[in-house]
Amino acid sequence: MFAYDFMVNAYAAATIVAIVAGLVGYFLVLRGQTFAGHALAHVGFAGATGAVLTGAPPLWGLVFATLAGGIGMGAFGERLAERDVAIGIVLALSLGLGLLFLHFFTAHATQATALLFGNVLGVDTATIHALLGIGLAVLAALAAISRPLLFTSLQPELAEAKGVSPRLVGMLFLALVALTTAACAQIVGVLLVFSLMVGPAATAQALTRRLWPGLLLAALVALAEAWLALALAFYTDWPTSFWITALGGVFYAAAALRGRRG
Amino acid sequence: MPLPRNPPPPSAIVELANVTLGFGDRTVLDGVTLAIEENCFVGVLGANGSGKTTLMRAILGLVPPRAGSVRVLGQAARRGNPAVGYMPQLRDTSAAGRLRGYDVVAAAVNGHRWGLPRLGAAGRREVDWALDMVGATTLARRPLAETSGGERQRLLLAQALIGRPRLLLLDEPLISLDPSRAQGVVTLVRDLQQALRLTVLFSAHELNPLLGAIDRVLYLGSGKAALGTVDEVITAPILSRLYGSPIEVVRLGGRIFVMAGAHEVGRDAHLHEHNDADHAHHHAHDHGDLG
Repeated sequence: MFAYDFMVNAYAAATIVAIVAGLVGYFLVLRGQTFAGHALAHVGFAGATGAVLTGAPPLWGLVFATLAGGIGMGAFGERLAERDVAIGIVLALSLGLGLLFLHFFTAHATQATALLFGNVLGVDTATIHALLGIGLAVLAALAAISRPLLFTSLQPELAEAKGVSPRLVGMLFLALVALTTAACAQIVGVLLVFSLMVGPAATAQALTRRLWPGLLLAALVALAEAWLALALAFYTDWPTSFWITALGGVFYAAAALRGRRG
Repeated sequence: MPLPRNPPPPSAIVELANVTLGFGDRTVLDGVTLAIEENCFVGVLGANGSGKTTLMRAILGLVPPRAGSVRVLGQAARRGNPAVGYMPQLRDTSAAGRLRGYDVVAAAVNGHRWGLPRLGAAGRREVDWALDMVGATTLARRPLAETSGGERQRLLLAQALIGRPRLLLLDEPLISLDPSRAQGVVTLVRDLQQALRLTVLFSAHELNPLLGAIDRVLYLGSGKAALGTVDEVITAPILSRLYGSPIEVVRLGGRIFVMAGAHEVGRDAHLHEHNDADHAHHHAHDHGDLG
């Protein structure tokens, strides 16, 4: 299957995104902010459709909107970022806005499907370069904030007393979640960002209670799911995003069962 | 003023001078002056909302005083003072529960610095030392979610020792513990306090578990504070003043009951929070390590 350029591109893009999503997702799951991550993806949908409407590349619309959403959520503080109703309303509003933008731009129905459910087989070299840039930036920033991020995720009051600003760290982290969401959406689409960011991280946390093995495992599980899904999609001709979600479900269920027995 | 007041001795580790503290439109301390000596185990008591937590947060530099000054080791209270260790009130630890105790304790090692959460040899020594001090080395291998309330308190106590503080602020460490386990925590804190020559502020709803262990009582109420030995502070006139209503002090078989009418003060509040804590920590199992 690697005789086809589009498969090589797909594997390159999926590799970058899976590693970043697995690592960022680990902290997202640890902090219990998965719903906030889900909502950011929908904010990204409005941004991407808005970009399409103005003729800009959808990826940059995604990046811009999710970043603004992430920093905004973070600025309101930890408590808002965990408030389900407020997040749900932002989520619905974003999806509605995206629908409105699509309504004005009726020419490309396939573009909407690609945004919502991803189109990894349609990734070109320019997109891979953009994903690589975003991925490296996110990993570098995550490495820089990970120690105070871990501290404030586990013991917010103590971390604050020790001089960490939970709000600043939370805001920076949601900005990274936003960028990761934008990258993920290229592979699995905005509706299924959960599958790469939350599934592998939750699987890893069910399998190990240790920090570093957990982080490594989250990235590896995401990578395994993405690679296997691409191969399955190639041979079955079913959508890649379906296979990623299916594998995510199977891996998580297996890990949860094993965790319960152990 | 019948409240006992110590003139600030030269060895004071915490000094409050005319401190007024509050949040929103509430004032919890009003013009309080006191000094806590070094190497002293202080039980902090008072009704719900009397300002126990707010006082600790002021000493940590998290709540700026509305008036007066809060000084720690001769300097104005500030966040990130390595001389001050803190164990916040037990709350929902769902995030920490996903990791084993060791990693949760280790998160406090240089946790305020940017960078990767890598411990290094010195960091590992620090964590091992802190776990050893509270006897939780074996315990730390288990996920936090699978520890009992008493075991969790020991791990969080180890976390508070990271950085070798001279002053330890413990906010309600006995909440959700049954009496024998509560006694275990008090004894452990007393041993730590003496071995490491710490000053400990230990807040609690009930005085009795602390009797025999504490050197001083700091009793808060009605915006005022009384600091002294148990015999100096736990008296009907002083407590009546702090509660703003007639209080009777009954001593019975080495225990002290603070009564407002027919009602024992502190007891109900404790039971109430006990239920809350049970609700929040229904995963806690009893492994009998603290008896």
